[in-house]
Amino acid sequence: MTGVPGVNMSQESLVEIRDLNFTYDERPVLTGINMTIPRGKVVAVMGSSGCGKTTTLRLIGGQLKPTSGTVKVGGQVVHELDAAGLYGLRRRMGMLFQFGALFTDMSVYDNIAFQMREHTDLPEALIRDLVLMKLHAVGLRGAHSLMPAELSGGMARRVALARAIALDPMLIMYDEPFAGLDPISLSIVGELIRKLNDALGASSIVVTHDVQESLKIVDYVYFVSAGKIVAEGTAEEMKHSTVPYVHQFVWGEADGPVPFQYPARPYGEELLESAVRRG
Amino acid sequence: MAKNCWKARCAVADGIARALRGLGQRVTSRIWRLGYASRFFLAILLHSGTALRRLHLTVREIYFTGVLSLIIILVSGLFVGMVLGLQGYDTLQRYGSTEALGVLVSLSLVRELGPVVAALLFASRAGSAITAEIGMMKATEQLSAMEMMAVDPIARVVAPRFWGGVISMPLLAALFSAMGIFGGYLVGVQLIGVDEGSFWSQMQASVDFREDILNGVIKSFVFGIIVSWVAVFEGYDAEPTAEGVSGATTRTVVTSSLAILAADFILTAFMFTGT
Repeated sequence: MTGVPGVNMSQESLVEIRDLNFTYDERPVLTGINMTIPRGKVVAVMGSSGCGKTTTLRLIGGQLKPTSGTVKVGGQVVHELDAAGLYGLRRRMGMLFQFGALFTDMSVYDNIAFQMREHTDLPEALIRDLVLMKLHAVGLRGAHSLMPAELSGGMARRVALARAIALDPMLIMYDEPFAGLDPISLSIVGELIRKLNDALGASSIVVTHDVQESLKIVDYVYFVSAGKIVAEGTAEEMKHSTVPYVHQFVWGEADGPVPFQYPARPYGEELLESAVRRG
Repeated sequence: MAKNCWKARCAVADGIARALRGLGQRVTSRIWRLGYASRFFLAILLHSGTALRRLHLTVREIYFTGVLSLIIILVSGLFVGMVLGLQGYDTLQRYGSTEALGVLVSLSLVRELGPVVAALLFASRAGSAITAEIGMMKATEQLSAMEMMAVDPIARVVAPRFWGGVISMPLLAALFSAMGIFGGYLVGVQLIGVDEGSFWSQMQASVDFREDILNGVIKSFVFGIIVSWVAVFEGYDAEPTAEGVSGATTRTVVTSSLAILAADFILTAFMFTGT
């Protein structure tokens, strides 16, 4: 039981999303989403680009407000919290952004120490120990004095991961953690997500479209397509799923329920029109 | 024939309606944006506690916006003063009052050119840099990351930059004026041969601290608020793309320059009319 005011740590599920709808500029982005993120588990939210995965994370983090439905984190309805309550909740969340979002004017060390300095009164000597411990956990203790511009994509992602766990959060959210990584970095980041989640006793939500890497590390998967959950289950169940969308996605087939062609008028009709125009 | 005429009239009416609708939309969107910018300004003031409590954040911004603008401010001030010396001497000698060159140079700089030109230079040098920095932070999700770490970007990023600019501006304007007077002295006294005693003594006798210097400082303080406000707002409101940041940077320079000139007219009308 942590001392976070209002956060109910006794519940089995840390995040509960019920009948969530989100509309942007009158365009429905998410429709009727129901999700449960149990404590201590790593859950993946998968789907093609633009299907609403990142929006789901932003709704959980309170950066967006749902059009209808609720997102509960630790028993608290996120969109009903005032600014102080929301910031209190976010102190127990960590988030890894798609390209790291490291502060470019700060060194690796200062990036990790940022939250500790902002939210605690810890002496600098203790902060140093904690920062080096976090960096050691992601294998980059030796890079503490580098600036973000001096890091490779994989290193930046690991530093961002160390920053996300700086205050030992109860919930870690990953937005496309594997995007643009080479196979070695990809495997390292995948392993770190699992190990850090287990070591911290946290819960993790991994938003990704990298099927093979994420299925190795996650406990449960939600498949989202066009803003709706189309399938869910364990990694093994998803691998053998007969749902056409999941099958296409897991096995990387070019055509299927997600068509190869962007919606357009019939090709013949368009060619004919061009010919007529040319005379 | 009558039918064609009716159609043409309808087309003209349609065109006028479309133009009016477009104009209305543009005006509404400008008013909405001004309201948003005003709310943003209030938010900065409300969140200024962090910037003032943790002074090192503001001092850092004073360095970036103020100290790093020194070269352009000092060099420009020197040349503006030198030109004033040449032009002033040319005009004054027609009336046989070249000994008043010091007064002309100093009053022109302290009352008008110092605050205005320094503010215009500040908008191009520091204002654009602030907008680009905040805009890039937004485009690379650094501001979102900060929010997710329960740190308010307005308190941590925006307010220190705003106050850094507001504090730097009067100091830069004062240095601009001082350098300009020195430039006027170099040209008037050292190059042309105006009497040095008259140059300084008439300046001392004619420049009033409250009326001239203090009003100039007030002007540059107001300009500092305008430039810093526009710069942080445009950066924070920038579309998070390369084009968006580039457009925001341009808007900062254009909007703040026009606002400086308009504010200068209003302030001058209040401060110096009848003196």
